[in-house]
Amino acid sequence: MDPSELGPIPPDQMKATRTPGYWRLVGGRILADRVTLVCLALLALIVASAVFADLLAPLDPLKTSMVKRLKPIGTPGFLLGTDELGRDILSRLLFGGRMSLLMGIWPVANALVVGGLLGIVAGFFGGRVNMLIMRTVDVFYAFPSVLLAVAISGALGSGMKNAIVALTIVFVPPLVRIAETVTTQVRSLDFVEAARASGAGSPTIIRVHLLPNVMGPILVYASGLISVSIILASGLSFLGLGVEPPQAEWGLMLNTLRQAIYVQPWVAVLPGLMIFVTSICCNLASDGLRNAMEIKQ
Amino acid sequence: MLTYLIRRVLYAVPIALGVTLLVFTLLHLAPGDPVNAVAGPDAPAEVVEQLRRAYGFDRPLPMQYLLFLWRILGGDLGVSVATGRPVAGELAQAFSNTLVLALGAALVGFVAGVALGGVAGRHKGTAIDHLATVVSLIGVSVPHYWLGMVMVIVLAVEANLLPAMGMGSGGLELLRHAVLPVLTMAVIPTGIVARSVRAAVGETLEREFVQALRAKGLGRGAVLRHVVRNVSPTIVAVLGLQLGYLLGGSILIETVFSWPGTGFLLNEAIFKRDLPVLQGIILMLALFFVLLNLLVDVAQAALDPRMRRA
Repeated sequence: MDPSELGPIPPDQMKATRTPGYWRLVGGRILADRVTLVCLALLALIVASAVFADLLAPLDPLKTSMVKRLKPIGTPGFLLGTDELGRDILSRLLFGGRMSLLMGIWPVANALVVGGLLGIVAGFFGGRVNMLIMRTVDVFYAFPSVLLAVAISGALGSGMKNAIVALTIVFVPPLVRIAETVTTQVRSLDFVEAARASGAGSPTIIRVHLLPNVMGPILVYASGLISVSIILASGLSFLGLGVEPPQAEWGLMLNTLRQAIYVQPWVAVLPGLMIFVTSICCNLASDGLRNAMEIKQ
Repeated sequence: MLTYLIRRVLYAVPIALGVTLLVFTLLHLAPGDPVNAVAGPDAPAEVVEQLRRAYGFDRPLPMQYLLFLWRILGGDLGVSVATGRPVAGELAQAFSNTLVLALGAALVGFVAGVALGGVAGRHKGTAIDHLATVVSLIGVSVPHYWLGMVMVIVLAVEANLLPAMGMGSGGLELLRHAVLPVLTMAVIPTGIVARSVRAAVGETLEREFVQALRAKGLGRGAVLRHVVRNVSPTIVAVLGLQLGYLLGGSILIETVFSWPGTGFLLNEAIFKRDLPVLQGIILMLALFFVLLNLLVDVAQAALDPRMRRA
């Protein structure tokens, strides 16, 4: 039947169908949350400064100078001083952000795909598949995260690629767990049953009915892991297991500047401060996102 | 309780087996022939061949794993490539050193976290509550290896109050050396314990039984006792996990403070490619973590009969 045959829709009914969408609601809540806004703005600034490091950095981050070693903060030409090889700290912090952010986000993104998929499969199919996946995950939970990251990248050897592999393995188990929990909840809802009754196969149900409903909580959880990942990734580089010299990365900079704490303590502190600020902003932004996405009854 | 205990122990067995399998795999993840890793780069060919047979590397992998398992059960973790001494002996000393730091940090974290979180949960919206929120945020956001450096700069280099590295030689010196690493490590558990206790206390105070207790005229102290009893399983669980994380995650702090514990040993083992030591440390710390989780669950069940049904 053509809907127009029913005549014009009364205005009050039209109003009722025009409730703001979920995502507009979430957006509105974020805009009203000052802490989250400030954190998002700071994060945008940090990301932009890393992306445009080429344009912003006053000097070559790799250029060493034996005569200009360990200059204090505020030295003309070296706004934030120089490191133990005479390289400009400001330039290295800008370029270092690239590596640190990349190593913070990449493993979480990898784990989101792998862990999310495994968790959805475990939650959706249940039974033996669930057993197999979840018991394997339990084994990984027997390792404190720092230990697991160090163990894997230690066995594989240093280097950025190995560190990313190690961190991915660290973040897969928690993502499997959250994805499994959420999927198990959604799977038992009526609309999934209805889809199955109407003849939809498992792949269709997962793609059309499950994914849109489970992605939110999984993404929020993953966003909370980014700060952990940045701290852990820089920690690996700090130990000499991640990014290799002479590349600039915040954790690695901390490592090499450690010998300089008796000469220029406040210069040596700067890379860690960057990690700290980035990590706090990620945590607060993730909290804000979770609050904004919460479905209040 | 007994059935719960048996069930929980049985659950830990496959996990522990999984841990050994994972650690066994680690050795084979390492690039190159595992024998070379065990023998070292300069070993003559016949020694390599001898070791290959001694370690059973010439046998199929499943057999190798069973052999590995058998040796672990006998307490044999192999021999360090760097020092030639048994791994188990080297580990014991390092582990006791790490335990000093981890227990110290757990104690500080427990006292500070429970005090802060307890008061914050009782008085929501006050200055103390905001302080607890900030401390929790710092606990989960701070790169503690950097915090360690800042502590060294402020308290050791600038103020010259405390030693910056090493362990000292027992007694008061040990205590002085332990202050900075313990305080640094304590930041994470303080924040996390404070957050959990704050949430648990706040939640418990809103439950009906607390109103009932107050309504029947119980004094503050008596109500508090009921609240503590209800919150204690949460605290035990959080603290147990944190102790495990402190023990397993001590590598960064021990590197900053040159503290001769398991983390320091692990760091050395990685860069000397001393794989038996690497394997031994990870195996021991992970198995200890499994045991700790078991103890936490049992303690929780002892404190809260409802948990026994789970």
